[in-house]
Amino acid sequence: MANDIKTISPEKFEFVNMNTRLTDVKFDDKPIGYFKDAWIRFRKSKAAVVAMIIIILIFLFSVTAPLFTKNPSTFMDTYYAKKGPYIKSLRSIGIANGGVKRDFSEIGLISKIAIGMGAEDWEGTGKVTLEDGMASEFQPILEVSDPYIQIDSSKKEKTYYHGVIDAYNEVGFLFLSVEQEELKKMIAWEEESGLHLLYPLIEDNNFTPDPQDANFWFKCKKYQPITINEKGKAKNVEYAPGMVLEDNYKRDEEGNAIKWEYTGGGSFETAHMKVRVLYKNYYIYKNGFEPQYLFGTDSQGYDLMLRLAGGLRLSLLLAISVSVINFCIGALYGSTEGFYGGAVDLLMERFSDILSGVPFIIVATLFQIHLATKLGAVPCLLFAYILNGWINIAYRVRTQFYRFKKQEFVLAAKTLGARDMRLIWKHIFPNSLGTIVTSTALIIPGVIFSESMLSYLGIVKLGSSRTTSLGTLLSDASAIWMNYPHLMILPALFISLLMISFNLFGNGLRDAFNPSLRNVED
Amino acid sequence: MLKYVVKRLILMLFTLFIIVMITFILVHMLPREMPVEKNLQAVIAQRWEALGYNKPIMTQFGIYLKNIFTKWDFGTSWYIAPRKGAWEVLESGFLPTLLVNLYSMILAVPVGIALGVYAAIRKNKWDDSFISTIVMVFISVPSYVYAFLVQYTLYFKLGWLPLTMYSLADAGGSYFTWKMFVSMIPAILALSFGSIAGYTRFVRAELTESLTSEYMLLARTKGLTRAEATARHALKNAMVPVLPNILSEFVGLLSGSLIIEQIFSIPGVGQLYIKSLNLFDYDVFMIDCVFYTFVYLLAGIVLDLSYGFIDPRIRMGER
Repeated sequence: MANDIKTISPEKFEFVNMNTRLTDVKFDDKPIGYFKDAWIRFRKSKAAVVAMIIIILIFLFSVTAPLFTKNPSTFMDTYYAKKGPYIKSLRSIGIANGGVKRDFSEIGLISKIAIGMGAEDWEGTGKVTLEDGMASEFQPILEVSDPYIQIDSSKKEKTYYHGVIDAYNEVGFLFLSVEQEELKKMIAWEEESGLHLLYPLIEDNNFTPDPQDANFWFKCKKYQPITINEKGKAKNVEYAPGMVLEDNYKRDEEGNAIKWEYTGGGSFETAHMKVRVLYKNYYIYKNGFEPQYLFGTDSQGYDLMLRLAGGLRLSLLLAISVSVINFCIGALYGSTEGFYGGAVDLLMERFSDILSGVPFIIVATLFQIHLATKLGAVPCLLFAYILNGWINIAYRVRTQFYRFKKQEFVLAAKTLGARDMRLIWKHIFPNSLGTIVTSTALIIPGVIFSESMLSYLGIVKLGSSRTTSLGTLLSDASAIWMNYPHLMILPALFISLLMISFNLFGNGLRDAFNPSLRNVED
Repeated sequence: MLKYVVKRLILMLFTLFIIVMITFILVHMLPREMPVEKNLQAVIAQRWEALGYNKPIMTQFGIYLKNIFTKWDFGTSWYIAPRKGAWEVLESGFLPTLLVNLYSMILAVPVGIALGVYAAIRKNKWDDSFISTIVMVFISVPSYVYAFLVQYTLYFKLGWLPLTMYSLADAGGSYFTWKMFVSMIPAILALSFGSIAGYTRFVRAELTESLTSEYMLLARTKGLTRAEATARHALKNAMVPVLPNILSEFVGLLSGSLIIEQIFSIPGVGQLYIKSLNLFDYDVFMIDCVFYTFVYLLAGIVLDLSYGFIDPRIRMGER
């Protein structure tokens, strides 16, 4: 047997590849690297992908919100503060109409309906019917129920109505004091636009319950609307079809309603004239655009959508810069500690031990009271987050370095003459990337929460005409939100959504980078 | 063990000292004015002088430390409770903070552990994924959002509970009356949602891990039923990391929650912090900072040490 093999004659041998070169077959696929591998695993988690999409959408909203509205970002209107969503084109189908549910007494109901009736009567004829008034686009009452009887505190039976009121139209009329030039401009604008701005003035007599309130254009006796019959006797007006209100307009000798009145003082140019304007049209005259608020207005009268977008921008910007900076500091500090070990490690550990003992809330407060006036509130907040926010990441990097620095591939690289820097960044550090990317991502929801908390408590004052934070919006709303729920619901909804998404996203990242840790929370 | 405990305590006191010093310097660098009150100007000026407010900062710090060690005197409140000791002012805030947080913990710990155990036992069934989803939502949503939800439903819609906590006078002069307890319920609920979710997630994670370990297999092979094995072996081991956390949170109770105290107007240490900051009552602010730092450090130490007591194999913070 053995001899057979030894005695094979050389002619029997034959070269397999005499004329072809032997090389590796080229891969048809691209190689799958560490990050691509993680991405493939990340994609499998539906919740994390949905969370990522929500984060992207919120980010896009925060950046592009100014494109959806004509309102300039610093624009505010105090008369339209705290109002609900209002979009003219959606108003006809019953959404975004600024509507608020409310219960009305009969007197209250009539005085609101009267705003719509008055708005139809710009000439001051006093002959406007209830039906005309209800059909008016300036009518505040959108819906009114059948009457019901309720016994009030003085044990009298009173008639009440459930209703929905347009909070924008409710503003109604205003008295203004304008210069001559302004008045001329107003009259010219009225002719040009075809809208009615100036309305008849109201007689200041004992039929007026409140001389400052421009909405009581009809005769009242202590807020109770009345009509006077030929004998001079007063009769209470009741809310019923065909209701007639008797006007109380200021009239000249010929019986024509007066729309402006000299208030005295100054020369011709500077003298002021008293006028009565319909606020919604005055708003268009003043600003050049109609009131349109997709999310309504905030407690000061800014467009809530722009404020929200601004707050989200600030939160996201702050959270992302905090995590990026903490990532860098933590990586540098942790790798130095972990790589050199020994005395260096001991000293640096003691330093970070002490630093990590400082409660964040105290750091944030002290930074604010010392530096906020010099550097601004946002940079101070950023410093407070950075002061000891990196310690956790440094700790993780250090642990990874201890794990890997004695392994053979590092020794091999060292033997080949690699310097410390190359060993650290090229050979050891990439191994710790997975864990620290995850913990960096999970910093973000924490920052968003504590930023909103600090600004809610007023420790950090971020509210200004240019920008605001979600916490400030919430704290502005905190005393009044029972009556204006949208002021609270929208910011709370956005912040909750953002927090849930970032947490899910972070968990997804962790599962993707460390498959062994799947479903283990830490 | 004793050596380890002493080492940790000394390190903690050292850290506390450094942080107190830095905070003291930063707080006392701020400008302050002597309160003006006609009849008591002499008394105020005397106290002002005794606290060394006109001396250099490091001298002030010396006086501050001396007063604390000899007389337990942390300075004087000038605005919140004029001319009362800062310690007394802080002390008055302990009880409400402690009570609200304790009640919330009494509610949250059993519910959280029960839900966590249930979810772990039913792992990957529909009820586990339901609980886990809810837990994810409840952990993420900020506590003040719960506060608003609780206020909206229980006060505004149903009218069962008051909007904020009653003051001492309204509730009969004691924090332990039934009326006071009822007025604390909204705050307790708002605090509990998040921590129930936290405990549930923690217990579930630990228990699922111990349920799949090899000693469970051994326990089953030697004839224990699944329930017996879970209760005797898995649960015990799963509690090793959970208990220290409960303990350290118990210490952390003292510091309470700033935002919940503000929303429900609980007259505790958190509200005191905001108040002293807004009124520039620096001595009270200072003692509140010291207190917060102390509780924070203590909670950390309790966490690390209790690991060692519960499972002697573990020495946290050592290598």
